[in-house]
Amino acid sequence: MQWYMKSIITVQIIFTCTITYAAQIIKIDGSSTVYPITEAVAEEFQKIEKGKTRVTVGISGTGGGFKKFCNGETDISNASRPIKPTEVELCKKNSIEYIELPVAYDGIALMINPKNNWVSHMTVKELKKIWEPAAQGKIKKWNQIRTAWPDKEIHLFGAGVDSGTYDYFTEAIVGKEHSSRGDFTSSEDDNVLVQGISTDVLSLGFFGMAYYENNKDKLKLVGIDDENDANGKGPIFPTYDNILKGIYQPLSRPIYIYLSKKSADKSEIKRFTEFYMKSGADLSKEVGYIALPDKAYELALKRFEKRITGSVFGGQGSQIGVKIEELLQKE
Amino acid sequence: MYKQYQRVKERLIEGALFLSGLFSIFITIGIIAVLFFETYEFFKEVSIFEFLTDTQWTPLFSEKHFGVLPLFAGTFLTTVIAIIVALPLGLVSAIFLSEYAPERIRVMIKPVLEILAAVPTVVYGYFALLFVTPLLQTIIPDISGFNALSPGIVMGVMIIPIVSSLSEDAMHAVPMGLREGAYALGATRLQVATRVVVPAAFSGIAASFILGISRAVGETMILAIAAGQQPRLTMNPFVPIETVTAYIVQVSLGDTPTGTIEYKTIFAVGISLFLVTFGLNVVSYWLRKRFREVYE
Repeated sequence: MQWYMKSIITVQIIFTCTITYAAQIIKIDGSSTVYPITEAVAEEFQKIEKGKTRVTVGISGTGGGFKKFCNGETDISNASRPIKPTEVELCKKNSIEYIELPVAYDGIALMINPKNNWVSHMTVKELKKIWEPAAQGKIKKWNQIRTAWPDKEIHLFGAGVDSGTYDYFTEAIVGKEHSSRGDFTSSEDDNVLVQGISTDVLSLGFFGMAYYENNKDKLKLVGIDDENDANGKGPIFPTYDNILKGIYQPLSRPIYIYLSKKSADKSEIKRFTEFYMKSGADLSKEVGYIALPDKAYELALKRFEKRITGSVFGGQGSQIGVKIEELLQKE
Repeated sequence: MYKQYQRVKERLIEGALFLSGLFSIFITIGIIAVLFFETYEFFKEVSIFEFLTDTQWTPLFSEKHFGVLPLFAGTFLTTVIAIIVALPLGLVSAIFLSEYAPERIRVMIKPVLEILAAVPTVVYGYFALLFVTPLLQTIIPDISGFNALSPGIVMGVMIIPIVSSLSEDAMHAVPMGLREGAYALGATRLQVATRVVVPAAFSGIAASFILGISRAVGETMILAIAAGQQPRLTMNPFVPIETVTAYIVQVSLGDTPTGTIEYKTIFAVGISLFLVTFGLNVVSYWLRKRFREVYE
């Protein structure tokens, strides 16, 4: 088994070397939520570089990305939540220092089938009742959440357990990161979730806004009421304005890229990061996210130039209710 | 001189044949060894009792449960649906091909039927998800986008050729004399087919059924695409479920580090599945021997 795997890997290495011997490679992996932005930036960047530099962007989820990043396998890690204590530990063990740069703002959308005519909004409490671990095998029907809703099964769909979206959602709704019921359809591939929700009248699911934007005709958004009037009265829908104003709470959050300090000194990584911070605003809008104010990108670039390492959130994982202004103040 | 050369050549050929036979045996032993080793590691952490009796399967979540029953319920349900489709259709088409169809049509239809078996399963998977499921939804509005019924039916279509082709071979091998004897006694064509040929070819037909079942139990792609990814202990064919094979795919596609308990689960469920298909193959072998009618 071992030698067999090794020989496959060796063959792969030989192939990759012969194909790309001339170009420098920037290796990026991580969140599927951040992927569309980084991929868009990478495409534009490679056009400008005219084949001098190649950028590969993988999607193994924020958690999966950090595992590789902290093992020194990648230069940059996409993350839809700040780094967690266990990951800080792993990076430290391998003496990988990292620079955290916010790249955009994103909302997690809660969705139902367009034919569902009984739900218009839900409260955070109701969501907690559905998703907390104690609900497993118990909360199975719509009328268990609100008695006026039909006596029919509820079919749940959600982002995969390796994703930052799952981590953030559980932290924001259940109150504990990475803790939820386990009897729902969970997939790292957001397109599977779109397919599931769009073909099932009894469905309810969540994933990043950008995938909703691309499938508007097949899905219906659910408004969320956090019962805190400071964040706007009543249910709030994840529209561009609401996320920008910071009132779509608790399901909107900044998303990040993490750079390894070692890689940051390479000239191609430097060019890539500068390009990312300059074009990030336009490209993130183009692929369905909310851009940060220009000031934020300037500050982030300064942070990179000064090589300020560590996370502004102290390595504690998902933070709920971080608004754009607060993010700026932390810079 | 020439004779000696011939002898060496024969030896070489025999050696090569022996080695290629040995190779496949070694591969099988290797696979079983890896499965057993990782499964042993798994059962160090989870008791067999929990594995076989817990009714929840959530090894990827924070509240971990390791009950394999929901996965096997999914596999069982889809297999039953596939069999309900494949056995009658396969048997009837085999009877038609063997007893009714003129030779000219027989040689034409049989290869066409066998093409069904050559369609890649990923194509069947999307056929179930994007064509059969919406079709079923127009008849049964309550059925979910991911369900057991649609991939079950499609899987049944996929295994029709296995059943029909093998059964037809068995029926074709029944000696002409038996049929002629029945006709001489005034039997009709239908009576000859159902009361003489089918019983005479029973061992072959039963073996084809069991091969079809074991194909359905091991089928992966169709179910991973169209049945959903939610382990659920249910016999309701209208809701999303997850089969053993689809679970293995789900874990392999994610980012599960080697050596973790999540990683070991795929070997534990893999070996359970292997034991089931192995058992079916043994039964099929036994049936063929036990009920074989030998005509001199």
